Amino acid sequence: MHNNPYLPQKMRILDVYPQTDIDITYKVECDIKPENGQFVQVSLPRIGEVPISVSDFGDGYMEMTIRKVGKVTNEIYNLQKGDNLFLRGPYGKGFPIENYRGKHLIIAAGGTGLAPVKSVINYFYRNAHEVKNFDILAGFKTPQDILFKDEIDLWRSKFNVLLTVDNANEGWEGHLGLITKYVPEIEIRDLENVEVVIVGPPIMMKFTAQEFLKLGVPKHKIWVSFERNMSCAIGKCGHCKIDETYVCLEGPVFNYTKAEKLID
Amino acid sequence: MGYRLSNEKFNKLLDGLKGEYKIYAPIRFPKRGRFSDTDLIRYGEINKVEDVVWIEKSNYSPKEIVFPITQTLFYFTEDEFKESMVHNKKILIFLRPCDINGMRRLDTIFLNNGPIKDVYYERLREKVKFVMMECKDGFENCFCVSTNSNYTQDYSIAVRFTSNEVFCELKDESFQQFFSNLGTEMNFKPEYIEENSVKVQLPEVDKITTEFFNHDMWKEYSKRCIGCGRCNMACITCSCFTNSDIAYEENPNAGERRRVWAGCHIDKFTDMAGGHSFRQDYSSRMRFKTMHKIYDYKKRFGEHMCVGCGRCDDICPEYISFSNCINKVSKTLKEDESNAQ
Ligand SMILES: Cc1cc2nc3c(=O)[nH]c(=O)nc-3n(C[C@H](O)[C@H](O)[C@H](O)COP(=O)(O)OP(=O)(O)OC[C@H]3O[C@@H](n4cnc5c(N)ncnc54)[C@H](O)[C@@H]3O)c2cc1C
Ligand code: SF4
Ligand code: SF4
Ligand code: FES
Repeated sequence: MHNNPYLPQKMRILDVYPQTDIDITYKVECDIKPENGQFVQVSLPRIGEVPISVSDFGDGYMEMTIRKVGKVTNEIYNLQKGDNLFLRGPYGKGFPIENYRGKHLIIAAGGTGLAPVKSVINYFYRNAHEVKNFDILAGFKTPQDILFKDEIDLWRSKFNVLLTVDNANEGWEGHLGLITKYVPEIEIRDLENVEVVIVGPPIMMKFTAQEFLKLGVPKHKIWVSFERNMSCAIGKCGHCKIDETYVCLEGPVFNYTKAEKLID
Repeated sequence: MGYRLSNEKFNKLLDGLKGEYKIYAPIRFPKRGRFSDTDLIRYGEINKVEDVVWIEKSNYSPKEIVFPITQTLFYFTEDEFKESMVHNKKILIFLRPCDINGMRRLDTIFLNNGPIKDVYYERLREKVKFVMMECKDGFENCFCVSTNSNYTQDYSIAVRFTSNEVFCELKDESFQQFFSNLGTEMNFKPEYIEENSVKVQLPEVDKITTEFFNHDMWKEYSKRCIGCGRCNMACITCSCFTNSDIAYEENPNAGERRRVWAGCHIDKFTDMAGGHSFRQDYSSRMRFKTMHKIYDYKKRFGEHMCVGCGRCDDICPEYISFSNCINKVSKTLKEDESNAQ
């Protein structure tokens, strides 16, 4: 068939970078040029297909960070360098990077929520002059769950990074507590020139957004990324629809003014 | 142009068409119905006019012809994706005006929602020509007049069945060859139903806000609806599906990726890994379906999704009436509006 949108391409795994016991970053060889925050449909024949955010990309490669949670992701977990993944996409609308240029950018990410925004952070890491200030708030359940440790350390050299965990045993010397607790500590000088990106589990996004609103950040300066059950990623299967909005088409990234009206 | 054909002549016509077309119409499956001793009427291929069930409404819609219940997308052998094939015949479907209008809703989703077309739908749909079955009286639970879907001009042939002959209007010239020498020419124009016994008041789209999603009126459905999804399956306009892979038992290295009908009333529709899920309460699923049929689809595409075929009412094991639900939405909105004033 001509232009079959469901037909994936075979892509070779160039490298794997274990992040935690259950999260692995896969670097695949590919020509796909995604926007920051878009996702792809990743599959293994006979096992199934799942939506996964692009966690980074560059010339001739793309990265995805995948958590082992079920049928398909368990099989992906066993793959090694040199094996193949099957990909179609990229899909959806990503983060509007152009809106963030010259602004005070704040990114608050919880857990795997760091994956879809990592390419945004790395973009500004490489082009640090394009943002005025940059605060990164990253929260994880425990120190063992921290993703992208090496990159977080790199980011610290240029930006204000606050890393926190919900719970930790003795020996953890970093911040403790939910992201929401640290939002009030961010100094926002100019509410008109701030942009806030919040990505994480639904509850985390809800309460973190409330904290920023309390600080006076206007709703239209807040951006979130949604996760929903998805099967087709092209507006046909209906699984991701909320009201008249298809998350796979108009999302997964939404401005808060839109997101707050999306009632499942 | 019109023709009048005896059933015998009509069967000759069908014989002639069969070379080029797969011909589908509502047919009877004895004793397979909802209650013991009732029949199931659904779409299938026909050989002769006597196969066509035209005096009753079909329990299921013709959507399965262009959107099969289960459809293979790819066959796998090791790492190869091989696209499934489709038959090389054209398709002729006998259906009523509501279903022709419903088909347009399916076209909207599969072909025009988002920038990418669904090629598996398109490759079947582009083969299809419609034979409209005249529907003057409607059936129990129909409310097509209220939804404006009792009428259409989108057909190649229109037919009126009687016990021994068929009246035809021929609009599509390409069928002319099949009719020549068969019947007597006559003037025939199909008539359309002008009033159903069931009527619904569709809500005005701009009167609905997201607060209404949590309105108490939905609560009764949390106990009444059992989430069986039969309404989704019977509906001409429900278009949801789930893709999944299987490995063949006899040869686990081979398998296929297929899509299967899904429904927003059925468990797991919104499930995500890690136990996240939305609309666990059945009342919120009823609200979700209702809003899609008579609210959000219109916001997105400019016309209501529901075409008033009433099959959801016919099939619900809990006797939930969708037309009642629509009327309740409109009534509740009006009441809330006047209370607010
Ligand atoms: C836009 C988007 C981006 C995502 N990005 C990432 C990412 O970067 N890294 C990551 O690890 N995970 C990500 N996920 C979640 C990931 O898709 C699920 O973890 C995955 O589908 C689980 O599949 P499974 O077969 O391993 O799990 P199982 O629990 O065995 O199966 C889950 C079932 O639900 C279906 N399903 C459909 N959509 C989802 C969904 N959103 N979440 C969970 N199940 C779903 C699956 O197809 C499958 O049938 C993302 C999801 C979305 C929607
Ligand atoms: S919602 Fe009910 S009445 Fe409307 S098109 Fe679907 S089955 Fe027919
Ligand atoms: S409305 Fe009726 S048919 Fe539909 S899911 Fe509920 S019980 Fe089943
Ligand atoms: S994932 Fe299928 S419609 Fe969005």
